[in-house]
Amino acid sequence: MAKVPGLFKGLGVTFSTMVRTLTKGSNTVQYPHVKEAPPIRARGVIALHQDNCTSCMLCSRSCPDWCIYIEAHKELAPPRREGGKPRQVNKLDRFDIDYALCMYCGICVEVCPFDALFWSPEYEYSEPRITDLLHDKTKLSEWMETVPEAPELEAGADKKKK
Amino acid sequence: MLSLLAVEIPYWGQSLLRVLGGLVAVLLPAGTIVYLFLFKMMSFMQSRLGPMEAGPYGSLQLVAEVGKWLQKEDIIPDNADKKIFKIAPIVVLVSTFLLVAVVPFGPDAWFTNFETGVFYALAVSSISVLGILMAGWASANKYSLLGGLRAAGQLIAYELPMVLAVVGVVIQAGTMNLQQIVVAQNSGAIFGFDFLGNPYILTQFVGFVVFMIAVQAELTQTPFDMPIAESELVSGYMTEYSGFRFLIFFISEFATAGVFTMIAATLFLGGWGVPFAWFGWSGIDDVSNWMNLVGPVILITKMLLLTFIVMWVRFSYPRFREDQLQRFAWKVLIPVSLVNIMVTAVFKVVM
Repeated sequence: MAKVPGLFKGLGVTFSTMVRTLTKGSNTVQYPHVKEAPPIRARGVIALHQDNCTSCMLCSRSCPDWCIYIEAHKELAPPRREGGKPRQVNKLDRFDIDYALCMYCGICVEVCPFDALFWSPEYEYSEPRITDLLHDKTKLSEWMETVPEAPELEAGADKKKK
Repeated sequence: MLSLLAVEIPYWGQSLLRVLGGLVAVLLPAGTIVYLFLFKMMSFMQSRLGPMEAGPYGSLQLVAEVGKWLQKEDIIPDNADKKIFKIAPIVVLVSTFLLVAVVPFGPDAWFTNFETGVFYALAVSSISVLGILMAGWASANKYSLLGGLRAAGQLIAYELPMVLAVVGVVIQAGTMNLQQIVVAQNSGAIFGFDFLGNPYILTQFVGFVVFMIAVQAELTQTPFDMPIAESELVSGYMTEYSGFRFLIFFISEFATAGVFTMIAATLFLGGWGVPFAWFGWSGIDDVSNWMNLVGPVILITKMLLLTFIVMWVRFSYPRFREDQLQRFAWKVLIPVSLVNIMVTAVFKVVM
């Protein structure tokens, strides 16, 4: 007889959920009309901060499925100090991520030593054709705007130098 | 004699009315059940809204789904027994149509008025087992065959408590004619108090519970859905079906749900009638003609009430294991219904 109350309890759960949905609304939203803000650290898409990138190729080499394509050339930049020698910098020609291959592991973001790659919570970038999922550096830079401010560090945490 | 609102209708008109009425009586409850319970109630019980885009509150979703199914390719597996594969869904659907034939919708609004209506209904309802076995066998797929065999074992096991539960009602009413069972309930009285009539859910409550459990199993709704257990058998006997053949299975599943709950409402809740004491009617001959129009509405309301319970249970419980399912039928339901028959018979003789 101990099982019977459980059976009725189960019916009660579904019934009260129905009543709650009818009176207070559902837990889900009607997606195309209403959008829920994703959590701040959501792994939606990888954005690129072009100025920080030195085309060191670390991200491309650590990518498990080789979906990052980088090409660059060297340029001379004006010297930092008066009378100095012009500096040699790497200039990005191409920085593409193939989101048809990307598996959102985030290794590239972690491995980047110059803070050029960031997670963005943006998620609406599906395409009708699979080849259109190869996004170039312009598109990746546009997503930089959607990257949220980094959350405050915990008290006592090591501050980044510079 | 079918005389709606005292208008005499010629024989061909009656036949036409019956055919159209049969279509409506099968398809309308099926559509209502699918939209109201399968789409909406299930969603609410899972705290979501269900279909909202097709029509107001998604009410045209089923039309869209039917359109989708009709467009799909009609795939028949190479190794399938093609003739039987094609016939099987129709056999299942036909059993539903045969079943609705004995349900009375009003004092004169019935399709056929069998003397042994209950017997006929229970006999015809097991034709669908044939269709399901045929589908399972003809698909040339071991999962389909397993599903078909499970369905056959389950439907036969639960047919028995269903019949035995109805026997109590038949003993109490003293007739197997569904129309007379309705009249007996609505003109009856409990200890001389006739305001409620005597719906057999009060006196035959055990029988009602056993019957509803058996109906749940006959419809292969969730606690008893071993035949189509999707996590182990893909979709049982329906696995190989696509397009409009799947649609026929789908419709007949919910149409049968509607018809079975209509029969349950007729047997236990007083069917199309309201207690005759409300209007001072003494028998079926006194019942006004307008009951022919109000009766179906009352019956459908009672049907929806019972379907709500069936679906509520379906959405709440996980499924039985095959051996538990058989043990429940043979060791619990059948003894309980036998005891119920005995007690009913004793009371019938004593009182």
